[in-house]
Amino acid sequence: MTATGTGYDARFRIWRGDAEGGELRDFTVEVHEGEVVLDIVHRLQATQAADLAVRWNCKAGKCGSCSAEINGRPRLMCMTRMSTFSREETITITPLRAFPVVRDLVTDVSFNYTKAREVPAFVPPQGLAPGEYRMQQVDVDRSQEFRKCIECFLCQDTCHVVRDHEENKAAFAGPRFLMRVAELDMHPLDAAESEGLDRKRTAQEEHGLGYCNITKCCTEVCPEGIKITDNALIPLKERAVDRKYDPLVWLGSKISRRRD
Amino acid sequence: MAQVDRQQWDVVVVGAGGAGLRAAIEARERGARTAVICKSLFGKAHTVMAEGGIAASMGNVNSADNWQVHFRDTMRGGKFLNQWRMAELHAKEAPDRVWELETWGALFDRTPDGKISQRNFGGHEYPRLAHVGDRTGLELIRTLQQKIVQLQQQDFKESGDHEARLKIFQECTVTRVLKDGDKVAGVFCYERESGRFFVLEAPAVVLATGGIGKSFKTTSNSWEYTGDGHALALLAGAPLLNMEFIQFHPTGMVWPPSVKGILVTESVRGDGGVLRNSEGKRFMFDYVPSVFKEKYAETEEEGDRWYEDQEHNRRPPELLPRDEVARAINSEVKAGRGSPHGGVFLDVSSRLPAEVIKRKLPSMYHQFKELADVDITAEPMEVGPTCHYVMGGIAVDSDTAATVGVPGLFAAGEVAGGMHGSNRLGGNSLSDLLVFGRRAGWHAAEHAAAHAATADRPAVDQAQVDAAAAEALAPFHAEDGAENPYTLHQELQQSMNDLVGIIRREGEMQQALGRLRALRVRAARAGVEGHRQFNPGWHLALDLRNMLLVSECVAKAALERTESRGGHTREDCPSMEREWRPVNLVCHPVDPVPADPAADRIRLVRRRTEPIRPDLLALFEKEELVKYLAEEELYE
Ligand SMILES: Cc1cc2nc3c(=O)[nH]c(=O)nc-3n(C[C@H](O)[C@H](O)[C@H](O)COP(=O)(O)OP(=O)(O)OC[C@H]3O[C@@H](n4cnc5c(N)ncnc54)[C@H](O)[C@@H]3O)c2cc1C
Ligand code: SF4
Ligand code: SF4
Ligand code: FES
Repeated sequence: MTATGTGYDARFRIWRGDAEGGELRDFTVEVHEGEVVLDIVHRLQATQAADLAVRWNCKAGKCGSCSAEINGRPRLMCMTRMSTFSREETITITPLRAFPVVRDLVTDVSFNYTKAREVPAFVPPQGLAPGEYRMQQVDVDRSQEFRKCIECFLCQDTCHVVRDHEENKAAFAGPRFLMRVAELDMHPLDAAESEGLDRKRTAQEEHGLGYCNITKCCTEVCPEGIKITDNALIPLKERAVDRKYDPLVWLGSKISRRRD
Repeated sequence: MAQVDRQQWDVVVVGAGGAGLRAAIEARERGARTAVICKSLFGKAHTVMAEGGIAASMGNVNSADNWQVHFRDTMRGGKFLNQWRMAELHAKEAPDRVWELETWGALFDRTPDGKISQRNFGGHEYPRLAHVGDRTGLELIRTLQQKIVQLQQQDFKESGDHEARLKIFQECTVTRVLKDGDKVAGVFCYERESGRFFVLEAPAVVLATGGIGKSFKTTSNSWEYTGDGHALALLAGAPLLNMEFIQFHPTGMVWPPSVKGILVTESVRGDGGVLRNSEGKRFMFDYVPSVFKEKYAETEEEGDRWYEDQEHNRRPPELLPRDEVARAINSEVKAGRGSPHGGVFLDVSSRLPAEVIKRKLPSMYHQFKELADVDITAEPMEVGPTCHYVMGGIAVDSDTAATVGVPGLFAAGEVAGGMHGSNRLGGNSLSDLLVFGRRAGWHAAEHAAAHAATADRPAVDQAQVDAAAAEALAPFHAEDGAENPYTLHQELQQSMNDLVGIIRREGEMQQALGRLRALRVRAARAGVEGHRQFNPGWHLALDLRNMLLVSECVAKAALERTESRGGHTREDCPSMEREWRPVNLVCHPVDPVPADPAADRIRLVRRRTEPIRPDLLALFEKEELVKYLAEEELYE
């Protein structure tokens, strides 16, 4: 069946079904040199399963559409090369587990859009006209790291706080949107405070930062290599703690103030 | 009769890329209730892939820059075929559009004095591209997305409903623009998830659907680029302009085959990367065309010095406009001096330290490492031309973005024609999206306000809705011998690539038109299995109509234009002809639509361009104008 010298037949198990239920189906499909998992899914569509539902767009790891679980691990299908698997291995593709299935590999990710709306937007500084913003590169580096996020939602999918705990979804924004709070908090010109908005406090009180016990699973799956836990969540926690949550810090600040 | 849900809006924006989102923000801020509809998830439109930057003459890095210089560069890049008023507005307004993004939270890379940093790019005289590493499109999309969320938060505070005045219909596809007489009345759509049909009624519709690259085999474009907006406009009666001009980006990946076509950003060259052939020669020095001779370095030493000192040196020819570089690569490969996989070498590893490469070009580093096992800090990349951008598009009024002859229909972004003439400069698209997205949203809102009274609101009649529904369902009712839409698509891509690609010949284009005719006949029988829920086979079957229509425009116009200019290269007519300078080729739909699928759908008309305004012409030296303008234009 294989057409070229470098090609071989691979075995796949792909979840097919919808909200009502479904099952893993077996496929045997040709693979060529240099291909990624998404290529194989496309070949299946073109040759064996025209209606196999899959989300994708850029096929270059830039849009964050093609998220799925490959052998149980949350990954981008377009950035997972077939050469990372042995030829004998059966490769299993399932939809993201933390979100409701729509059909086949497509899930309903509206949870994330709801959470995005709950984070108050950037507040422009008063008195600075467009074109007058001045910021040093070192001061924007950190927020820029977080803005590399392609919203693939793999971190949201993997975080144990919501992965198998539907009940936590209401209270917990998830790593991606806690990171968004951190990004705005670290933005050198964000004027949230002038509007009485304390971003650090809302992270704790409104976006569920307290649920996070810094397991770093989110960081591990992030295809952009963003250090979500170390650079966004932990600093946010520390700063939240600084402020008032940790009685020791609070006491310390009182004492030192009395001294001077 | 189909039972189809209907909703009323003031403005409907089709497309959620840079142009669509900027249009929606403007329309909503001017008081119009605005709906945005897009095929992908919100925040994932094709704009997200843009890498290098946004061109705007802010003058942060070289204070000699201003709108006049930007205007000149844009006209030269487009070989003077640009709709000059668009190029003027674009050059004047781009800086404001970029600064505005900062007030919405965008974080661009900075200069040492804290301003927005600007980088060099092909065809731009000064460092001009505002950027964020090589992920500028992501920053643009995310900023606009977050601005929309901010407006929704504001509406929520006032009305308790996030979507009261601005709503995104994501993963929905528009298949028809609906009309009331000659006026726009709304759009017919299906939801990809459920296959459910619905109608958005509105007196103003903005098309911002992007490009057409998916009609070609080797392309940097995503599945969204099936030319929907181009086709929707034609089907609604609005003509397209200069569809022969397609930009083949000189540097796409060539290996492995599954990633062939994926873009390698021009910033690699802007930041110092050089092109070499298999003999190790920097061949671009041999390909500087006469119109550009004085502007480019003649030796490698001068070119290299330019990166440090732009006052006293000329730029290296690797930074010529894209059409020139793409043709040069094509010639080198043809002459047998290509790389092992049919491209040439693009090398940055010997030019910059590894850390600098990783910092300046992080996603390129990532892309080659992950997809091709190539470490660009240690070895050269292999690159070759890839179908990237369509300069042609819906004919629009420069100031208002209104289409021709269909009141209420507007177009902005890549889907609109004119702005870039025969060839677009890198970075000029993202700025185009912002400048004309805003203008389209503004004028659509005004048009809607003028038609707000119930008596003036165009109405959607049921017959049109039924016809649109029947058209969309046809692939489920294909008879025996139904055609596989994937096969048809592959054949279309192969034909366009081989016969109407980067180098064109009369006979081949004739042949292409024949193949398109045959494909139209077969596409009328395209059939799909399964049901309407998230069915990609069905979606593709519907997209075929659009790709075939747009491909017909490209092939017809390319056959007609017997010269080479910008993104249109004729082997049989190799030089740029001044007599063609003032000629636009306009594609009109054949009306009424012929019942026979083999019959042509497009009627081509030559139209003279409006004379360039004298004060704009005065920005150029006479000697330069002589190279471009037709004899009679020089005396006007
Ligand atoms: C890899 C790459 C890199 C690039 N880099 C740069 C750069 O550095 N600088 C630069 O200036 N330009 C760059 N470009 C070009 C630029 O990105 C595009 O021209 C631009 O983003 C197009 O934006 P748009 O708003 O017109 O459309 P898009 O962003 O493509 O958005 C189109 C929208 O329309 C929707 N749509 C399409 N059809 C339908 C339909 N039938 N119904 C409903 N919705 C529909 C889509 O879902 C999408 O939301 C690059 C292009 C590519 C491919
Ligand atoms: S570090 Fe926190 S947010 Fe990340 S996966 Fe662990 S618990 Fe979830
Ligand atoms: S933080 Fe990383 S894993 Fe999470 S959504 Fe963004 S890119 Fe994906
Ligand atoms: S398709 Fe865009 S990230 Fe995979």
